[in-house]
Amino acid sequence: MKSNMELLKELMEKEAAGELTNKERMKIPQQPMPEQDPNERRSNINEVALGYTEEQARIEAMRCLDCKNAPCIEGCPVQIDIRSFVKQIADGKFTEALDTIKQTSLLPAVCGRVCPQETQCQETCTLGKVMKDPMKAVSIGRLERYVADRCAEQSESPKVAEDTGKKVAIVGSGPGGLVAAADCRRAGHKVTVFEAFHKPGGVLMYGIPEFRLPKELVAKEIETLKQMDVEIMCNFIIGKTRSISQLMNEDGYDAMFLAVGAGLPRFMNIPGENLIGVYSANEYLTRANLMNAYKFGSESDTPIIRGGKVAVIGGGNVAMDAARTALRLGAESVKLIYRRTEKEMPARIEEIHHAKEEGVEVNILKSPIEYKGDEEGWVKSMVCQSFELGEPDDSGRRRPVPIEGSEEEFEIDTVIVAIGNKANPLLRRATPELEYNKWGNINIGENCETNLPGVYAGGDAALGAATVILAMGHGRTAAKAINDYLAEKS
Amino acid sequence: MAHRIVDKEKLSENVYRMEIEAKYVAEAREPGQFVLIAYDNDRSERIPLTIADVDLDKGTITVIFQAVGKSTIEFASLNVGDSFDAVAGPLGNPTDIEKYGKVVCVGGGIGNAPLYPIVKALKQAGNEVISILGARNKELLILEEQFKEISDEIITVTDDGSYGRKALVTEPLGELCSKGEIDLCVAIGPAIMMKFCCQTTKKYDIPTIVSLNSIMVDGTGMCGGCRVEVGGETKFTCVDGPEFDGHKVDFDQLIKRLGSYKKYEQQAAAEHNCKLEGKL
Repeated sequence: MKSNMELLKELMEKEAAGELTNKERMKIPQQPMPEQDPNERRSNINEVALGYTEEQARIEAMRCLDCKNAPCIEGCPVQIDIRSFVKQIADGKFTEALDTIKQTSLLPAVCGRVCPQETQCQETCTLGKVMKDPMKAVSIGRLERYVADRCAEQSESPKVAEDTGKKVAIVGSGPGGLVAAADCRRAGHKVTVFEAFHKPGGVLMYGIPEFRLPKELVAKEIETLKQMDVEIMCNFIIGKTRSISQLMNEDGYDAMFLAVGAGLPRFMNIPGENLIGVYSANEYLTRANLMNAYKFGSESDTPIIRGGKVAVIGGGNVAMDAARTALRLGAESVKLIYRRTEKEMPARIEEIHHAKEEGVEVNILKSPIEYKGDEEGWVKSMVCQSFELGEPDDSGRRRPVPIEGSEEEFEIDTVIVAIGNKANPLLRRATPELEYNKWGNINIGENCETNLPGVYAGGDAALGAATVILAMGHGRTAAKAINDYLAEKS
Repeated sequence: MAHRIVDKEKLSENVYRMEIEAKYVAEAREPGQFVLIAYDNDRSERIPLTIADVDLDKGTITVIFQAVGKSTIEFASLNVGDSFDAVAGPLGNPTDIEKYGKVVCVGGGIGNAPLYPIVKALKQAGNEVISILGARNKELLILEEQFKEISDEIITVTDDGSYGRKALVTEPLGELCSKGEIDLCVAIGPAIMMKFCCQTTKKYDIPTIVSLNSIMVDGTGMCGGCRVEVGGETKFTCVDGPEFDGHKVDFDQLIKRLGSYKKYEQQAAAEHNCKLEGKL
């Protein structure tokens, strides 16, 4: 078999000779992501995906058919010029490729890792369509990650326009807040980011585990913001420490972006859910990631229950993250319980695949109906009911219908409930003048504007539960609207 | 933002009072609210502590804590001039301060600290306040002088009779209730004490407010670690509380949940104590 080096050389020669036709490009093998061995990685917290080599990146980029209409760009929530940056990688112009991405996305190292490309840019990719599988499209995410990592050091922090004398408050330092902060600062406004936790980054820090998104990368992005003179105030809870009206009327902020994220974790309201050992995924992941509970005793003072037999309820990315974290904390077995089938799982295919590879047992068409505990109040078993799929419901997914008499009991000692979040009541109670939708999320218009002048909102606080990239898209939209608003105001 | 300790006092065995710089928290705080506090952002646990008092001129808050686990033992080892990395708040809903009439306020052990600002506010609102302060022994009874200044009547009890009456707080509480003039009871202390106070007042149908000290991480509703059953419904202490109708709280469950990390904490505290021996 040819080495990648040889293959790349051959492709470059063909290209130079004008022989690299679309038919030829389609024959180039898709480059797999090098990964840590599943048996090894399930007991360490290091990143699972190791990243492409230079040869792999260029070969993969050469699979791009360079479509005139570039449907991939349409599929990207922030409209990165994908066609150009992929071409630049194929040509070995890596720094230029990163510059192209950075024109529209400030967090390529993050997006390259956590975006669901298969339902965005790769879903619309022509190559993927020809191959009838978005997983076989050009691996745009992996390429984005490659240049972000390779050129991280060379990349300069974005230029900041002359001081406008205007002040913008960004509430929440998750992906939406970070993007908005950068964009508003670039326009020359003074920007302060308020974060309720002790470290900025929001879900990128507390939610997504180290093995999927190294915290060092998030810290680096935040360092860039600081270099741009964005002020970050941690342990500062808007709605509690200061109110929205205090910021706008007393502290001299001219505009504000509310990106406070999702709120209260959902539980199922079944018997035994408050037994010890039953966690929300939010709490479990926050303890493990943000509070470093996996280093309890040596480098962290925050404990976490290290389960033996763990059950995770849910089928989204958060459920996969929780299940894989449990393995790394030393669980003897991890059962993932989902009431539909794998096809309906909202998690990325890659995450499901990784979880299974690491030994997570996926139990489909089941849902807990009761937890049982011991005398000290610790959970010791769960009763599950089986389901079959009926007619499609409002979400278009086939509704799970319980099967009578199918109850079975499993022995477990830790449960992680990962079935989503409800809106957080904290900001709402503090700011009744802000309008909310029927789910309790902040009502926003096309440009992320709220009913209050100068106040914008986005991300999970407005959408309910969404993704990192959608939150970033809102951050961008809101920042543009804020910059326009402030330009008009002066 | 570093939060400097400007004053420190040892109130009794293992109980400390600290005055800490936290300007915004001091300004926003109302009685009944708490902060999450951590010494070192990179390593420390976030511990919820009720704000016992504030000084708006100095921009400080006062917290009172018992050095029982690794984190609070570490707090106790800090001195004036040292700083906490995190003081986040004020969190939780403020106490509903109204003119109720005759209010009996029961504090047990360290619970006197969160009770103090509530008594102060109730008194200011025109209530007649009877304070019952209890502790295991004389040495552990804190803030008696401060309570004297703001209470119409004060009853002190100790488990061992080393000070005041030898009784549990429920005895004088029961006697007061039986006289039938009490409009409201506020009980703050160990979960077990609050449980028995509620059983006592329930007999006389006297509305009773308790303040719960559940385990929490963020204090803003995000983690759900502080959940507690109140009237058969799951509530989050941080955003729905920390005060609840005591007659509806499932104290047995609360007590169990408070023990979630006992074995981990004991192990950590034991290791830490060895290192700190002699420092305190």
